[in-house]
Amino acid sequence: MAENGTNGTNGQGYVGTRTIRPDGVDKVTGRARFGADFNLAGQLIGRVLRSPHPHARIVRIDTSKAEALPGVKAVITRDDFADQSSEFIPAGEMMMNYKDVVRNVMAREKALYEGHAVAAVAATSSAIARKALKLIDVTYEVLPHVIDVVEAMRPDAPVLHDDLFTVGVEPKPDKPSNIAKRIEITLGDIEAGFAKADVIIEREFKTAPVHQGYIEPHAALATVSEDGSTELWCTTQGHYIVRAHCARLLGLDIGKVRVTATEIGGGFGGKTVVYLEPLAIALSRKAKRPVKMVMSREEVFKSSGPTSGATVRVKMGATKDGRFVAGFAELKYQAGAFQGSPVQPGVFCAYAPYDMENVKVIGYDVVSNRPKVAAYRAPGAPISEFAVESVVDEIAKKLGLDPIELRLMNAAHEGTKAAYGPKFGPIGLEETLNSIKKTEHWNTPLRKWQGRGVASGFWFNIGGETSASLTVNEDGTVSLMAGTPDIGGLRASLAMVAADELGIPYDKVRPIIGDTGSLGFNFLTGGSRSAFSGSMAIVEAAKQIKAELCARACKLWEAKPDQVEFKDGAVRPIGSLGEKAKPMTIADFAKVAGKTGGPIGGYGRINAQGAGPSLGTHLVDLEVDPETGRVTILRYTVAQDAGKALHPAYVEGQFQGGAVQGIGWALNEEYIYGADGKLQNAGFLDYRMPVASDVPMIDAILVEVANPKHPYGVRGVGETPIIPPLGAIANAMENATGIRFTELPMSPPKVLKALREREAAAKV
Amino acid sequence: MARVVLIGNLAQLTGGVVEFQLSATSVKQLFEQLAELHPVMQPHLEEGVAVAIDGQIYQDALFQPIGPNSEVFLLPQIAGGRGL
Repeated sequence: MAENGTNGTNGQGYVGTRTIRPDGVDKVTGRARFGADFNLAGQLIGRVLRSPHPHARIVRIDTSKAEALPGVKAVITRDDFADQSSEFIPAGEMMMNYKDVVRNVMAREKALYEGHAVAAVAATSSAIARKALKLIDVTYEVLPHVIDVVEAMRPDAPVLHDDLFTVGVEPKPDKPSNIAKRIEITLGDIEAGFAKADVIIEREFKTAPVHQGYIEPHAALATVSEDGSTELWCTTQGHYIVRAHCARLLGLDIGKVRVTATEIGGGFGGKTVVYLEPLAIALSRKAKRPVKMVMSREEVFKSSGPTSGATVRVKMGATKDGRFVAGFAELKYQAGAFQGSPVQPGVFCAYAPYDMENVKVIGYDVVSNRPKVAAYRAPGAPISEFAVESVVDEIAKKLGLDPIELRLMNAAHEGTKAAYGPKFGPIGLEETLNSIKKTEHWNTPLRKWQGRGVASGFWFNIGGETSASLTVNEDGTVSLMAGTPDIGGLRASLAMVAADELGIPYDKVRPIIGDTGSLGFNFLTGGSRSAFSGSMAIVEAAKQIKAELCARACKLWEAKPDQVEFKDGAVRPIGSLGEKAKPMTIADFAKVAGKTGGPIGGYGRINAQGAGPSLGTHLVDLEVDPETGRVTILRYTVAQDAGKALHPAYVEGQFQGGAVQGIGWALNEEYIYGADGKLQNAGFLDYRMPVASDVPMIDAILVEVANPKHPYGVRGVGETPIIPPLGAIANAMENATGIRFTELPMSPPKVLKALREREAAAKV
Repeated sequence: MARVVLIGNLAQLTGGVVEFQLSATSVKQLFEQLAELHPVMQPHLEEGVAVAIDGQIYQDALFQPIGPNSEVFLLPQIAGGRGL
């Protein structure tokens, strides 16, 4: 049998074009159903009682009055969840420990942050549920709290967990502390590197915790039948992961839990963990009725995971001709109330864009009385790379070098040994820098109070376990099923690959996201993996279909395997066989499927390896208003290596979305806590995210350095674009004001303060 | 023999030894040989580490071949897991 198709060679050529999104009509007409849109007959409304204290021992919980309230059907507390042993597992983009997860979904011994779940009720109406929450009597012993990461590391800081002893230090500590872990990577000889340096810059940076800011709050609808069979609808980035977590926390067989991922109104990493889902199941199990739960925006801010805030110290050395010879960094990342910040990837990524012989990075994972952090687009990397990219710019200034030329001089490329160990395969950082340098944007003059900044970024990307199926329907159309929620255009991307592989029109492929009962295990949508891994699984499924069709053609035509080939959507006879057999399309086979062996389909089940890193470079122009400190983004260009853009418009959308989130991180977003340890800005009026009117059109340059490990050359693209904006904007701010800002966000009050302090200093 | 290098805190489990020459021809054999040399590594290898073989990072890939002259790095897992 001969076949072609992989690499888009069989005629249709949809890959790389801007097809209409299959989910578009439902999204623009409001027909698409998101988490809170699902309902079941007889459902109850679940609500959560949350701790008003940032740190308190829970002495007693009396639910008797709430249970007695008419309309209340179930109340749950810590007593409804069996304790879990301490066991670290990789889950999502960060490590987790079930001992902590069970305590995060429902506080046990202590409430560890304002908003920590303490009890939950299910009632016949939201009003009754709210009233019931007020009737739950919780006796707290309020404890001293700590919010800031540096303060939490002090020996006299209030300790959150009596059993938390720092890992990674010798000798092992004999006292508990808030420092969960110390990690370190070393490449070469850092001291020898600094000894060679003609210029050394050392700076300390601070970044604020920021929320992913997904528009859709967490929502879950659960129903548990009398035999324990459980169904759950929820907004998530990984319904198989939700199923596993809920089964573990509630002692259920995985096979008895069926989870459907609803349409998702944004996740960005924040929907890779569970909050409401196990509570809704526990309440439904107790009430014997469906239970629906939806978080308010305030709950989202106070009780779900933002990413870390951090303190970072960077010291870099370079020779006078601009060669980086040494890079040191010390990262202190907030983990929230439980260990597991993204400091590990922060450590690995800090110097990854550069070809350096001597690197040492130390990281600390630190708990404090904040909500447990969750993943957020390239978890950990924007923080450490912001600090390094800021110092890189300072080195350029000190040496009188162009910042792009300096980066090109030191850029990692194929064969560069990364600070975290292995050598890179083909990567496209140099191409993104050269693309930016050639833009009209880079060469346009600026006015007073305007500044231009550039920065680069690196993210690993991953593959992972993926299942996807293709089923040929009776009329020759094809149903495509994937098991990773579609956040950034997965359905369109996979449908294009299927159409190209099978040689059929794109609109004859109908992609859907299956529930956990429909396909084998799928890791979640995260790590920039879903289009990368999903397309590999679809190629595999299509291969099976093509092989099956060729085998059936051989039987129909009484031919040998080498006398047929699959080409341009049909099985075709080769050579003399062409005189007696006519090509058969997929639709032709569909008509006779029952007579030739039954339904036709393919099922790709893979653990995708070979994810290629994606690197990017951003260019920003901004203007500072010296009267108010307000910063306006004037112009923005992103260049990033996509390997191969399956759907260029979606890839550009990822670049633009990441850039906008990075702009918010750099300029405005922050969790603001009072001295009482309570969050003061738990809403979009006070937590200022960029809106459409805050940003210009973001130009996107697609760089395509093919990933040789993927059949189409694809690299993940979703996470890298949030990394460079922080550094690029800080560098532009220095060029606009002459002031190096080292603390994020660079919000109007901070900018104004810095400008006034400079004025005052000049007068002295 | 493949050259095997431990990255980050993994070296703390081997008394500071960061580099090994091992005859492993697959990730599975690599883990077995390391666990035999340093039994304390066993739970960490099971917990999940990423393996970079000649520049390419693999995760949860026990059967991935390792060549006789391969350069192998063991580093903490970047992401993944089934949740159980």
